[in-house]
Amino acid sequence: MALKGLDIFKLSPKKNCKDCGCPTCMAFCMKVAQGALPLEKCPHFDPAAIAKLSEATAPPMKTIKVGDLQMGGETVMYRHDKTFVSRTLYAVKICDGIDPAEVDRRLQSVAAMDYERIGERMYVEMLFVNHNPEKTADDYMALLEKAKAAGRNLVLSVKDPDLAAKALDAVKGIPVILSGANEDNYEAMSKLATAAGAVLGVSAANLDALYDTVAKLEALGNKNLILDVGFDSIKDAFANTVKIRRASLKNNDRTFGYPTLVRADRLGLGDPRMQAALLSLFTTRYGSLIVVDEMTYAAALPLYALRQNLFTDPQKPMKVTPGIYPLNGADENAVCATTVDFALTYFVVSGEMERSGVPVNLLISDAGGYSVLTAWAAGKLSASSIAKFIAEEAIESKVKSRTLILPGKVAVLKGELEAKLPDWKIVVGPNEAVQLVKFLREITA
Amino acid sequence: MPFTDKPQVFNASINALTFGPEGKSVTIGGSNVYPLYSFDAPIPNAPKVGIEVSDKGYDPAIPGLAAFYAGCDTIPQQAARAASAEGVDFVALYLESADPNGDNRSVEECAALANEVAAAIDKPLVIMGCKNVEKDSELFVKVAEALQGQNSLLLSSREENYKTVGAGAALAYGQNVGAESAVDINLAKQLNVLLTQLGVPAGKIVMNLGTAAAGYGFEYLASTMDRVKGAALTQNDAMLQMPVVTPLGSDCWGVKEALLEEADMPIWGSREERGIEMEIETAAACIASGSDAVILRHPASVKTISELVSALM
Repeated sequence: MALKGLDIFKLSPKKNCKDCGCPTCMAFCMKVAQGALPLEKCPHFDPAAIAKLSEATAPPMKTIKVGDLQMGGETVMYRHDKTFVSRTLYAVKICDGIDPAEVDRRLQSVAAMDYERIGERMYVEMLFVNHNPEKTADDYMALLEKAKAAGRNLVLSVKDPDLAAKALDAVKGIPVILSGANEDNYEAMSKLATAAGAVLGVSAANLDALYDTVAKLEALGNKNLILDVGFDSIKDAFANTVKIRRASLKNNDRTFGYPTLVRADRLGLGDPRMQAALLSLFTTRYGSLIVVDEMTYAAALPLYALRQNLFTDPQKPMKVTPGIYPLNGADENAVCATTVDFALTYFVVSGEMERSGVPVNLLISDAGGYSVLTAWAAGKLSASSIAKFIAEEAIESKVKSRTLILPGKVAVLKGELEAKLPDWKIVVGPNEAVQLVKFLREITA
Repeated sequence: MPFTDKPQVFNASINALTFGPEGKSVTIGGSNVYPLYSFDAPIPNAPKVGIEVSDKGYDPAIPGLAAFYAGCDTIPQQAARAASAEGVDFVALYLESADPNGDNRSVEECAALANEVAAAIDKPLVIMGCKNVEKDSELFVKVAEALQGQNSLLLSSREENYKTVGAGAALAYGQNVGAESAVDINLAKQLNVLLTQLGVPAGKIVMNLGTAAAGYGFEYLASTMDRVKGAALTQNDAMLQMPVVTPLGSDCWGVKEALLEEADMPIWGSREERGIEMEIETAAACIASGSDAVILRHPASVKTISELVSALM
């Protein structure tokens, strides 16, 4: 954000009318400068001044939407500087140049790879529908019919404007990216994409040519773009991805203020493990949409979890829903253990408990998403909060066991908890999750 | 209209550290650009990939490992096989059985094994302790003595035992030493300060900033590494310029995604492949965030990460 509050204030109406919801024009301008409010909130701003400012106050990287999916809109290079906002998206490639049976197999595996992790649906968001120029238009249209049935947003990878027009017509109603604009065909492709409301994917032989083509597209009024980082080599693709991102965010060069498309299917040609490595590399460093040949569970389980980690707001801890989590087939007779709702704590604790093989009812109460000691220090985890949770969730009617294991770090709560839960035997557990396996085996032996 | 890129080349750099005896050593660090930004300036030493060998032997439940280590009955034989795997830069001997809560093997036996392993491999040797701080203090000193002249790397000293490990292993026997902290830039820096005040040269220290598998608090590790590299390069903070070594084996193979048998979760597919890709993806993310070396368990993960690194240099 290059503009300061004062620069905006100079052009403001200075009436202090409060119509924008701020006490003074000055306060409003400060918020606009921080990006907290849009300039349009003020009904009295001179349109000429708005036009002058909008270029300068526009975010450095555009947010590009494909239906409900969103890419770009990032403001920082590192998540600790603020937060990343648009998760990297993934697409599986199908092509009219590959065996139709293989296409069907990939589509089936896309449908099968669908699960939930900490309240987030994990699935392949898009299909990358590629046209091999050696194949006919009819081949591609037949492939598109299959793709349409998959219920995913589509990337149409076509360079020929005539075929692109036909394809866009056939997928009306489905949010799409038309990927295939280059130095030669950008005018025709841009017209098609704009008419169809599609995002336009732009590629070029090198970054200079890409920059030039984007500038020309912007001159035509098309600012709904995604930039292909190329697939000549992993080194170049990585360099291009980083250079594009830092040009917009660090060096304020808005021509490159767009999300990027990474062709891991080509960069890791025929090597699923290399494609997995590339998925991780480009999720960590600045890829917006990554294409692979297939998304197996083996690749997806670490990847989606990694993405969930990297795209959480560092100021807002990841939380799990409070409730009873029966582990290792725990029934009503299994011992109870409690810990906080901080997702990392939950994962580490439940993981160790699962490793022990001992059936446990893990009770997760609302502790504000903090770790055990932090929650205790903040008063979010106390004897009262645990007792209240047990009462509110009617644990005593759901579980017969009256043994409750307390995290070792809050052993201090034992006495108070015994007073509040007289029917329960309160056991102090270990300080560290790694000691749980041994501990659980011992107390249930 | 050509594009103008602004390379981020710094007047500060990560320390270059060489470990291993002459003739079979590797060097990590030395770069003055952000991790993997070889397009900004040449990176003198590419990130390195180590393979972990436990003194308890490989996990026989993993079919690929059983095949890979077939015919290797002893730990030195396994280490030699591991050293020969494609893409391996060094071998990390994990002295797991020294753990007093486990096999409680004596430090003398461990030191003797370390010596045998060092002699059996043609790559540099890294020693990983049993993670029990008291035992590790004893263990590292003994191992350092046994490996005198090997210029080995000992992972790791911690706040609780840096004095014995730093003085007894690094100062007395000239070994390189790891400084392990728990995913926190301030703790990492403090431990480096303590070690250097003890007299350990900064150039003989590597940082283990903590470990995590993808999905298990990895964001803390990634952000810690981002911040450490940022401070080392942009602020020229000499107490954060040590190269980063990240052992990932136990974390990656210890999570549900890599532990659950296929029979219990058929839709997830092969357990081995899940473990391999957990290692690959965690390692790729670590290298992107700043690990100068990673330590992995499966030869297939080592191969892919090594190929990825070569492709990026």
